[in-house]
Amino acid sequence: MRNVFLFIRRYFTFISFVLLQVLALSMLFRYNKYQRAVFLGKANEITGYFNSHYDNVDDYFHLKEENLRVHKMNDSLLNLMQANFIMVDTSSHIITDSVRYDTTQMVRKYLAKEAKVVSNSTTGMKNYFQINRGAKQGIKDNMAVINSDGSVAGQVVGVSENFSQVMSLLNVHTTVSAMMKKSRNNGRIEWDGQSPLYLTLRNIPKSDAVIIGDTVLTGINSYNYPPGWIIGTVSDIVEDKSTNFYVLRVRPSANFQNLQQVFVIENLQREEQVALDKATQKKVDELNKRKQ
Amino acid sequence: MNDIVRNIFRFVFFIMLQVYVLDNIPPLHRFIIPVIYFLFLLWLPFSISRFWLLMIGFLTGLAYDWYTVTPGMHAAACVLIAYFRPFIVNILIPKDTSEFNYSEPSAKAMGWAPYAVYVLILSVFHHGYILLLELLEVGNFLDFLIKVVSTTAISVLLIFTAEILFPRRLKYRTNTA
Repeated sequence: MRNVFLFIRRYFTFISFVLLQVLALSMLFRYNKYQRAVFLGKANEITGYFNSHYDNVDDYFHLKEENLRVHKMNDSLLNLMQANFIMVDTSSHIITDSVRYDTTQMVRKYLAKEAKVVSNSTTGMKNYFQINRGAKQGIKDNMAVINSDGSVAGQVVGVSENFSQVMSLLNVHTTVSAMMKKSRNNGRIEWDGQSPLYLTLRNIPKSDAVIIGDTVLTGINSYNYPPGWIIGTVSDIVEDKSTNFYVLRVRPSANFQNLQQVFVIENLQREEQVALDKATQKKVDELNKRKQ
Repeated sequence: MNDIVRNIFRFVFFIMLQVYVLDNIPPLHRFIIPVIYFLFLLWLPFSISRFWLLMIGFLTGLAYDWYTVTPGMHAAACVLIAYFRPFIVNILIPKDTSEFNYSEPSAKAMGWAPYAVYVLILSVFHHGYILLLELLEVGNFLDFLIKVVSTTAISVLLIFTAEILFPRRLKYRTNTA
């Protein structure tokens, strides 16, 4: 017994070094949802406090670009207004429907909330940014985040009381369902961790006549991202003879270096969709079991 | 100024500098990532015990991890350099106490060449370890090698710029102390 204590005393530094290494590495690699919530929950409030103070100053350096983006967004919305359209047929006239509510039952599926980016990174392989809205303001995991000009920026991955962490598109773990605007072919957007100026679009079949400059939108296969928001434009077509699919380099339309005001978009039917998905999977599994 | 107060001030300063200045400058190139926060660990006094050095290393790394959302990555690297720091100091500084007069590692206390070696080795350890952890998850080997060299180079450059631009007023340790 004495020898054990002597051993521990002698190698105390080395043992504490090994223990701290194990602790740090287990935090990094065995990092489940619960631990992440604890780590981010406490840390988010502290870093968020400092970040929002810093951001108050930093804001002034981006006002001009931000203004321009908002102005363009307003412009596109302005053009959608009913007052822009007139009836050319003189024999017809507008009738106001006396039924107060839309009887065709339009249901809201996506709800946007505004938020402000308080800290941002673009230099690493796994980039995140922090926004100043959290659980108290109704932000949940997996909500989509869209820049003030309508281009896709990322997805919420961690929420604390007043702040949330958003996984940017510039993160090697990101995958976004995407589609070509012209052909509506579906693919997926990834990032290879190299240049922040290019994303990669895969799974677009070669039967699609893609040309450089084609627009890429968010696809319809996602529970998180609302369809039809712009991701970027095709900037390069990489020939890969071994598959029937293109590998496309996409220039993102969001400027990740100066994300400022963003929208957090919630899919109000997400839980239902996910539950249906799980239930289906369960049934399929049971059927497969019965077959065996 | 008291050593503890000074080092707490430095800790806050280096983390803030890293997070709000260096991480916010527009990227020049994807291989050029300036990192300097671990200079806090290199500047800790000689007299600090090895156990506390490890704990401080862990906390420094964790504090920066909070900002980068990489729990444990920088903490692991900081613990590594905190562990190896005393060995390297012992190798580079002659045991003769007459040369061991200053309280902290610096170019003045150790001489330019030993100090440069000290900074270089610990920077390589820090970046090599972080980039290795990154490589295990994603990335390719050539990128890893280039990044180790380039980030180490830019860190060493920054550290020496800091050393030359902001000379520290170092306490001269007397025999009575």
